Amino acid sequence: MADPNKVDPIHQFGLTNIFSLGGEGGFAFTNSALFMVLTVGLIVIFLLGSTAGRRLVPGRAQVVSELLYDFVANMVKGAAGSEGMKFFPFVFSLFMFVLMANMFGMIPFFFTTTSHIIVPAALSILVFVVVIGYGLYRNGFKFFKLFVPAGVPGYVLPIVVPIEVVSFLSRPISLSVRLFANILAGHITLKVFAGFIYSLGSLGVLGFLGASLPLIMTVAITALEFLVAALQAYVFAVLTSMYINDAIHPSH
Amino acid sequence: MATETPVMLVAQAAVDASAEGGAVHATTEAHGGEHSEVFPPFDPSSFGTQLIWLAITFAFLYFTMSKLALPRIGSILEDRKSRIDGDLSAADAARQKTDAAIAAYEAAHAAARAKSQAIAEETRNAIKADIDGKRKAVEADLSKKVADAEASIQATKTEALGHVSEIAADTVQALVTQLTGSASADEARNAVATAAKE
Repeated sequence: MADPNKVDPIHQFGLTNIFSLGGEGGFAFTNSALFMVLTVGLIVIFLLGSTAGRRLVPGRAQVVSELLYDFVANMVKGAAGSEGMKFFPFVFSLFMFVLMANMFGMIPFFFTTTSHIIVPAALSILVFVVVIGYGLYRNGFKFFKLFVPAGVPGYVLPIVVPIEVVSFLSRPISLSVRLFANILAGHITLKVFAGFIYSLGSLGVLGFLGASLPLIMTVAITALEFLVAALQAYVFAVLTSMYINDAIHPSH
Repeated sequence: MATETPVMLVAQAAVDASAEGGAVHATTEAHGGEHSEVFPPFDPSSFGTQLIWLAITFAFLYFTMSKLALPRIGSILEDRKSRIDGDLSAADAARQKTDAAIAAYEAAHAAARAKSQAIAEETRNAIKADIDGKRKAVEADLSKKVADAEASIQATKTEALGHVSEIAADTVQALVTQLTGSASADEARNAVATAAKE
């Protein structure tokens, strides 16, 4: 920050160009891109590095990798059945990407990739392209049974079908906004409370004492944000598994 | 519309912060100059570069996960499971083998015991038969000897009894000769025979 006295909770979301490929306005490599690369790099290095030994009796790092595998595999199998395991690498990649991006965001001065609406939106649109594409490929026109719940009398259908369509179309929006808004709001709240500490602390002795209250809040919110970071990755992966289940079994 | 609302909310929060603190400058103007008027998370001008890098990184992540990491972890888990299952079934097989060996041992034990009892029984019977045979032989021998002895006694007795009437006749002749002076041997013999018949 140019002025050390100002508290700007938005500054953390600003993009800065690190370098630009293909000249100005071209293929810019920003801090967001840097953290995407770091996120993916850390996931790949950790998962491949920890399992390189292929040990029968695993070490600590290998146990972590195996637990992540089992966790996501059980999630996909539970939500979408064994046929959904086709999409296990996809759901696993989504889960790991969102989890690591959120966790990187918890480190001070690090950029949070998922706090820009475009990243969760692109991921949810990808999920829906996969769901609709596979649903149509596997079930053909029966895929549209998704919008016609079984056992509903014919005269209610004109009301139910539009509701189902709207609820289906709103899913990518809710999926992306849920993740983005949680991360954005959490980081702004953290910054604002941290700003209170600074503001009160500069008031003298009384303010110094008063600053302990936002300090406690900041510590508590930091813990909460770690929970939110992990939980939102989990929610994103679970919902993706459930939507994939819809693509496999459209008649619910 | 959508891009303005969060900016205003955040600006409000920042104003609250400065109101509480008192000494902090209002922040809204400060970041206005730096980032233009757009809230960075909603800035469409950054969408292009973010999408490109997201596509590159996520595609790389997906292919590394699906081709390398996940098959490897899956095979590790599969190997471990099959190893554990194999060990368990080997242990089970070994236990069944042990059970079979115990059963075979017990069967052999029972057979050996039955055989030894049979041998003992046979030996006992043989010895008994032998003893019985010998005893019978001895008894037969003894009874033969007894019979022989009895026969010889009988013969001796018969012989002796045969001499009794002769002796008696001699005695009677001698007595009658003494008393009467004369007696024939035939008369004496008849008299003795008569007396013996009575």
